[in-house]
Amino acid sequence: MDAVTDNLALFVEGYLTSLRIILVALVGSLALGLVIAMCRVSPVPPLQKFGTFWVTTFRNTPLSVVLFACAFGLPELGINRTFFFFGVLGLVLYTSAFVCEAIRAGINSVPAGQAEAARSIGLNFTQGLRFVVLPQALRTVVPPLGSVVIAMMKNSAVVGAFGVGGDLWSTGATLTSARGYETLPVFVGVAIGYLCITLPAGALLQVIERRVAIAR
Amino acid sequence: MSPTSVLYDAQGPRARRRTRIATAVALLALAGLAFVVVRRLAAQGEFSMEKWGPLIDPSNEAFEPVWQLLAEGVVNTLKAAAVAMTLSVVLGTLIAVARLSLGRAGRIPLIGLVELFRGLPVVVLVYFGARVLDDVGVPLDQLPGGQTFWGLVIGLTAYNMVIFAEVVRAGVASLPRGQREAALATGLTNGQAMRLVLLPQAFRVMLPAIISQLVVVLKDTSLITFVANYDELLSQGESIRRNLDNPIQTFVVIALMYIAINYALGRLAQYLERRQPRTAGRAGATVDEDSRVPVGGGA
Repeated sequence: MDAVTDNLALFVEGYLTSLRIILVALVGSLALGLVIAMCRVSPVPPLQKFGTFWVTTFRNTPLSVVLFACAFGLPELGINRTFFFFGVLGLVLYTSAFVCEAIRAGINSVPAGQAEAARSIGLNFTQGLRFVVLPQALRTVVPPLGSVVIAMMKNSAVVGAFGVGGDLWSTGATLTSARGYETLPVFVGVAIGYLCITLPAGALLQVIERRVAIAR
Repeated sequence: MSPTSVLYDAQGPRARRRTRIATAVALLALAGLAFVVVRRLAAQGEFSMEKWGPLIDPSNEAFEPVWQLLAEGVVNTLKAAAVAMTLSVVLGTLIAVARLSLGRAGRIPLIGLVELFRGLPVVVLVYFGARVLDDVGVPLDQLPGGQTFWGLVIGLTAYNMVIFAEVVRAGVASLPRGQREAALATGLTNGQAMRLVLLPQAFRVMLPAIISQLVVVLKDTSLITFVANYDELLSQGESIRRNLDNPIQTFVVIALMYIAINYALGRLAQYLERRQPRTAGRAGATVDEDSRVPVGGGA
């Protein structure tokens, strides 16, 4: 295990970089996913079609293909950024489709009678949404949305594998290829690093789920 | 538009007018966006036959080798996905049955196994299969198909078998208790009841979830690109891009191929889901809820 203990500082740094990728991608994909979900549930047909197109595209394409397309395609169009930017962008685009579906499923799970009741006691659209539909939707959204977020955390490894320098994956890659360490101990180190992200996140998710869960 | 939507009633004249205006605005905005993108693409010469020719023009000299590469890639992708999927279902079922029939003490290591593999990124597990196993001297290259193929399959299987273990467990748990009781009452042993009565029913309920997971496995085969050389679809696309220098065109074609396969599988899963009989269908919904973890979880 020398490979890990000797390079603990590197691993910690990689861990923090992974967290940074995750944090940026989290904010980005939640925001974008919400926008796409709004398109899909809106009464405006072109927006619905656009949302469906978006979800179909990004849900059925491997993340790796999205990343390749971003990193090699966008420069062709004269958009030159760092690999970090392209990597996070790809992860955001990909994850937004899953976020959208989680949110949409949540909204659709609220019985139509709830909103009808809201309207019939005189609440307008915003009030009905705010006081009646969204609070109930939130409860059904949390578990699938949480799974999507945890999946996104794991997918950050793919972004790392793609060549964002310095995250957990890249740390492992550097140690094995450039410095000639054995792969097994490095693998264990990297695996522990990711478990230190996903297991706490899973536990947190369960706490949140218990908070918001009310059996309907 | 649909009157069944939670968010709005069937629209009256005023709302319809508003929707029409919003539609016009949205169409304009989307058209504007498309225009900007297309103009940009055209300005960079991305519509030239020089870049598209090898992919769409049969008379182009590169057309045949390019599509040969791509076809080979699709076959390899499907091969790895199919083998990994089969192994995952078999091993996942074994884990689930073990977990359901072992006592508390036997269950704990299995739960640990499930949590461990579920918490790791697939790409890390693929790395384990394709690189670490080779380094510690596991002779995967002795197997038909070659070392990288089995490395990829092992990585994908490690991740997906525990997901199936959960799916199977949920499937069996969703069956009415009377099924097992009746089976035992007719004199079947515990194992027979599981094998002959519970699992067949659970599998029928789980079929949609299995198909949806196949989409995830299929997408994840492309992760081998980062780890080792295996000529699946994305790797083939990469070598085409390197040779022809047409990343946008190549990746659009690659993405469309993935989308075509996965979309078809997704529709098949939906169809099977809808075909479930009422009571089993409700159980199926539960299973699907559970399987949403992995379905959203793919890379």
